Amino acid sequence: MSVLVGPETRLLVQGATGGEGSLHTRLCKEYGTNVVAGVTPGREGQDVAGVPVFNTVEKAVRETGANTSIIFVPAAFATDAMYEAIYAGIKLVVCITDGTPTLDMVRVRRMIRGTETIVIGPNCPGLISPGKAKVGIMPADAFRPGNVGMVTRSGTLLYDAAAQITAQGLGQSTAIGIGGDPIVGTTMIQALTWHSQDPECEAIVLIGEIGGTAEQEAAEYIKSEVKKPVVAFIAGASAPPGRRMGHAGAIISGGRGTAAEKKAALTAAGVVVTDNPAEIGLTAKRVLESRR
Amino acid sequence: MKIHEYQAKAILAQYGVPVPQGRLAQTPAEARAIAEELGRVVIKAQVHAGGRGKAGGIKVASTPDEAEQIARQMLGSRLVTHQTGPEGVPVHSVLVEQTAEIAKELYLGVVIDSAAALSVIMASEAGGMEIEEVAAESPEKILRAYIDPISGYQPFQGNRLGYGMGLDTPLVRAFGALAGNLFRAFESKDCSLAEINPLVITTDGKLLALDAKLNFDDNGLFRQRDVQTLRDVSQEDALEVQAQQNGINNYIKLTGSVGCVVNGAGLAMATLDAIKLYGGDAANFLDIGTVNNVERVVGAFRQLTADPDVKAIYFNIFGGMARVDVIALGIVESYKTLNVSVPVVARLTGNAVDEGRRILAEAGIRLIEASDTADGAKKAVDAARAAE
Repeated sequence: MSVLVGPETRLLVQGATGGEGSLHTRLCKEYGTNVVAGVTPGREGQDVAGVPVFNTVEKAVRETGANTSIIFVPAAFATDAMYEAIYAGIKLVVCITDGTPTLDMVRVRRMIRGTETIVIGPNCPGLISPGKAKVGIMPADAFRPGNVGMVTRSGTLLYDAAAQITAQGLGQSTAIGIGGDPIVGTTMIQALTWHSQDPECEAIVLIGEIGGTAEQEAAEYIKSEVKKPVVAFIAGASAPPGRRMGHAGAIISGGRGTAAEKKAALTAAGVVVTDNPAEIGLTAKRVLESRR
Repeated sequence: MKIHEYQAKAILAQYGVPVPQGRLAQTPAEARAIAEELGRVVIKAQVHAGGRGKAGGIKVASTPDEAEQIARQMLGSRLVTHQTGPEGVPVHSVLVEQTAEIAKELYLGVVIDSAAALSVIMASEAGGMEIEEVAAESPEKILRAYIDPISGYQPFQGNRLGYGMGLDTPLVRAFGALAGNLFRAFESKDCSLAEINPLVITTDGKLLALDAKLNFDDNGLFRQRDVQTLRDVSQEDALEVQAQQNGINNYIKLTGSVGCVVNGAGLAMATLDAIKLYGGDAANFLDIGTVNNVERVVGAFRQLTADPDVKAIYFNIFGGMARVDVIALGIVESYKTLNVSVPVVARLTGNAVDEGRRILAEAGIRLIEASDTADGAKKAVDAARAAE
């Protein structure tokens, strides 16, 4: 999965001088990611954890050759930050920020359509290829290099499941949190395509939740295109209808988007679905062992 | 965020959507006065819930006397519809509107289609019914026009929808303009839903928005100052309003006995699922988010200890951005300042967990420890059951 992040990643942090931005500039750098620049308008000349700060993404790219961006800018300015990175030619934009308006993502998706620019998020934990690079906020200790590819909508559930997988003696090839909003830059299907194409990935763990049709569409895709075994957990089986369960995208609307509906679609596609969130790692191990 | 029908109609009127003549009444006398002016009127309870008609929240008044009587009966009462809980919602005002001579009822709405990542205008001849029923029983009756954000709404899209519903040309033109105006309102105000159901064709061939509903994207409110002022907390669950005052923005009151505090919405939902798996029920959903301050932990405890349904509390924290030592400090502070009389189960792991455990041990606080989400759920369900 060095297609997305790895040794050739040159990471730029938008919002680098803020509380979260500065913390994660340091943590990503400590992990071994090549963090080359920070961007905060008005703070050029400062540095964060030894990383030089610029006023604009354009200048940062020109001076440092940054090719990937991670965004910690507050919600009111996050869409602008995404546009700025896209305009400056950044090919992978990871937006951590929670709280961007849904209509903004309608416009961002339209903007990147047909281009090679990848946007992950918003409202996501980012992604990690353990042992290679971390472009996100996930706790490093939960992950180790291995053969399980992960795609989730949730942040902490990603960490919890990854820790389970690691505790089983396995590891992750790449783990991607696509985010909890109703419209995200990268779909579940896109992430599954990457895992399918990654020779280091031998099994896929998919963690979904109520609301929308991402998992149902993923099930269709898995049925026809994915040959590797897939394990899934869908959060929200006990959620009441019509309520927004934290994530903007986690809402059962008009009877559609229930966990039951998603589980049924995935099971019909040959996915091994577990109802117990504490057995995701165990299920992944069993599935891999049964393949041997 | 939701608003009342009268507020939605006021907004849509600004965007050129024809709405009935009518005014808000907050007393029976006001209702009478409006009826004297408008003649035959319909009295509509203003609540943030659908299904008003069947619940007696929409009534026709032929005389000012009747209008006053109906308003008196509705105002100050609680309306229970199939969309509210059994306790219903309070009626503080009624919309008194001129009745219309209806020839036909249509449906017109705008939502965001997340699969397509586009806004979509939906129209149907099956107006005046629950659109979800139409979608389930006769989906072919719903026409859709997807709006490209670059080109925006185009008149030909109004033609497609209008002719598709069998309207004749003058009406197709009027409908197309109205649909464009509705979409403009939807986009400018960061709506998540803009719905006119029914959109009626009157007997003299005019279009009229007989009912209007606008829901707003919570994430867009920061740039919609005037919309923010339309909020009516009397229509929201009292405990949920209280949670916001306690600094908790992601709290949903449920009906079980296990109170939950979890960091992250996905893990929080999974925690509710695990509780159900072990035969229990959650008293609430609570995503405490990235906890980096003690006050928010105390706020969560305050919220849960104030809920009489809560017989046990389950803290499920996977510290990533959140630090377990801060959680521990919050728990210690909560025990000091609040009356925590229910058993507390804690699954604490991740960032700064050793420090967190030390803090709890030094404060002499013994929680029921759990090793993972399922273990904690089982222990919490058992503890709640034992307390009942």
